[in-house]
Amino acid sequence: MYRYDEFDQTLVNQRVSEFRDQVSRRLSGELTEDEFKILRLMNGVYLQLHAYMLRIAIPYGALSSDQMRTLAHVARRYDRGYGHFTTRQNLQFNWIKLEEMPDTLADLAKVGMHAMQTSGNCVRNITTDQWAGVAADEIEDPRIWAEVLRQYSTMHPEFTFLPRKFKIAITAAGHDRAAVKVHDVGLRMVRNNAGEVGFEVLVGGGLGRTPFIGKVIKPFLPKRDILTYVEAVLRVYNQYGRRDNIYKARIKILVHELGAEKFAAEVEKEWAEIKDGALALDPEVVADVAARFIYPDYAPLEDNPPALARARKEDPAFAAWLDNSVANHKRPGYAIVTISLKPIGAPPGDATAEQMDAVADLADRYSFGEIRVGHEQNLVLPHVAQKDLLELWQKLEAHELATPNVNLVSDIIACPGLDYCSLANARSIPVAQELTERFRDHALARTIGRLHINISGCINACGHHHVGHIGILGVEKNGEEFYQITLGGRADEHAKIGTLLGPAVRYGEVADVVEDVVAAYVELRTRPEELFVDTVKRIGVEPFKERVYAAR
Amino acid sequence: MTSPHEQKKRKVNGSVVVTANRLGDGAVVYRTVNDDWTTDLASAAVVAAPAAAILLQRAEADGVRAVGPYIAPVELAADNRVLPGNLRERIRLAGPTFTLPGALSA
Repeated sequence: MYRYDEFDQTLVNQRVSEFRDQVSRRLSGELTEDEFKILRLMNGVYLQLHAYMLRIAIPYGALSSDQMRTLAHVARRYDRGYGHFTTRQNLQFNWIKLEEMPDTLADLAKVGMHAMQTSGNCVRNITTDQWAGVAADEIEDPRIWAEVLRQYSTMHPEFTFLPRKFKIAITAAGHDRAAVKVHDVGLRMVRNNAGEVGFEVLVGGGLGRTPFIGKVIKPFLPKRDILTYVEAVLRVYNQYGRRDNIYKARIKILVHELGAEKFAAEVEKEWAEIKDGALALDPEVVADVAARFIYPDYAPLEDNPPALARARKEDPAFAAWLDNSVANHKRPGYAIVTISLKPIGAPPGDATAEQMDAVADLADRYSFGEIRVGHEQNLVLPHVAQKDLLELWQKLEAHELATPNVNLVSDIIACPGLDYCSLANARSIPVAQELTERFRDHALARTIGRLHINISGCINACGHHHVGHIGILGVEKNGEEFYQITLGGRADEHAKIGTLLGPAVRYGEVADVVEDVVAAYVELRTRPEELFVDTVKRIGVEPFKERVYAAR
Repeated sequence: MTSPHEQKKRKVNGSVVVTANRLGDGAVVYRTVNDDWTTDLASAAVVAAPAAAILLQRAEADGVRAVGPYIAPVELAADNRVLPGNLRERIRLAGPTFTLPGALSA
């Protein structure tokens, strides 16, 4: 975990005081809604269909057990007993009163949490691999660079009013768990021919109304140049990004219209002016940041302890969970445990206050007090001793936190949709709930294999539908909910935008269509190991289209 | 389920109410004939154009108690009960369409 310093704490406390004053002036009528709206959005407060929503930043998805307990407290004290983990590793509360917002933020500030830059046209929460620091396949810990970027971009005066919001994601692993190719700026830590570690820089990725995969504009950027180069990108965007049309204001449109080469040339021109300036990183500064990350005091343990092998043999349910939710750790004798927040029939990504408290306690007992949030809306205990896995599983089971469906068909990403969101055209959560019921048989889900279903309730694509292996987009037709289905999208290192299957279908038909698509895949795959997304890549969507629409 | 921003551009047809969110807690409220706000749809002023435009104008002038007023369709049941006119408004009135997680969801 990263330990914030006094500067961070003072900043957060001052922000609470400032917002308390702003809320008070709004409630008294001194501020109009037009004047107040931009202020509340700067503090992560949205007005949704039935209530205010507070989006809390979880920088690079890392939470301490104390922070998780505070989230549970907020859920109980100010909300309705639950919260929603989002696709940007944040947490949203759906029912907090504006009158109580300052007290909520003051309670969060006690554990260094806040809601700054979770909304507005600024640099948003920096996201990264939820396995950062423990993944067996990473070059180095990307959180250090996410933290460097967090410090740089927090309340940056030049970039507080960009043309639109700006999202940065970073990964240091070969397998991209952070969806960096669909971010405004994606950073991949790579090694060059000389063996030095730096960044491959992608720009102009994004989903929403006009989806694009990011383009590489710098194959290798030395570490010292990360801030100057990102600043050059932001400056070019700030200067040339469109402010006249909200639908064309994201950097992806600028990169698309200029072309990646021309955009890169503009960045290089700007960068030449600043690359050796104050933001060129001194290795000592980076070392100071790195030193504030506390790494666990791992015990010397052996991989695959005999008791674990015995338990695996004796209990098929435990074995299924081990195979599904437990991954290799870079340290011998340890494991990375993903906690599914996708129990069958439940809203994806939601956790009750009781579950948050339970996860906090389990993190203290089994994971050095550390928890991560992944963009797939699940949680992670990053440092679990393999010898503790059976005990942990039993305790997770008791809190409905051990559904063995990670990366399977019922591990659905879904936005809040029309049940909460003022922008949505159609519901997402009930669609996800119905699909999990259809695929509740874990043996069937395992037979199907890795399959990501992503659902968005409108074109803004908070549910990342474009990059779902099966993407579902809610639209409105004459007052009725319809859903467009896309196939073959993916968010990893082979990121791709899905292809439309055919005409949109009614709400009541979505689960049937998905079942037909999955049944077709099982018939059409060449072997069980061929993933759904690879079958679609091999044969296209036509065979699926014939199957789905012939029956309707 | 067009968003209120889009609904504003639409021609007003049939019976409508003016609705908004209460400033202090965001609760869904409806404009009454007495220039007040109520959480009870049955107590809302049900009007037709052009009265809707006037009702909205007066609601917009009241910028402290409620936020973002707009015109929303309603239907009148056979027994004269006032019902929300589309799914978005049904959800605003009754809450999410699934059981909420947590024990405090009442």
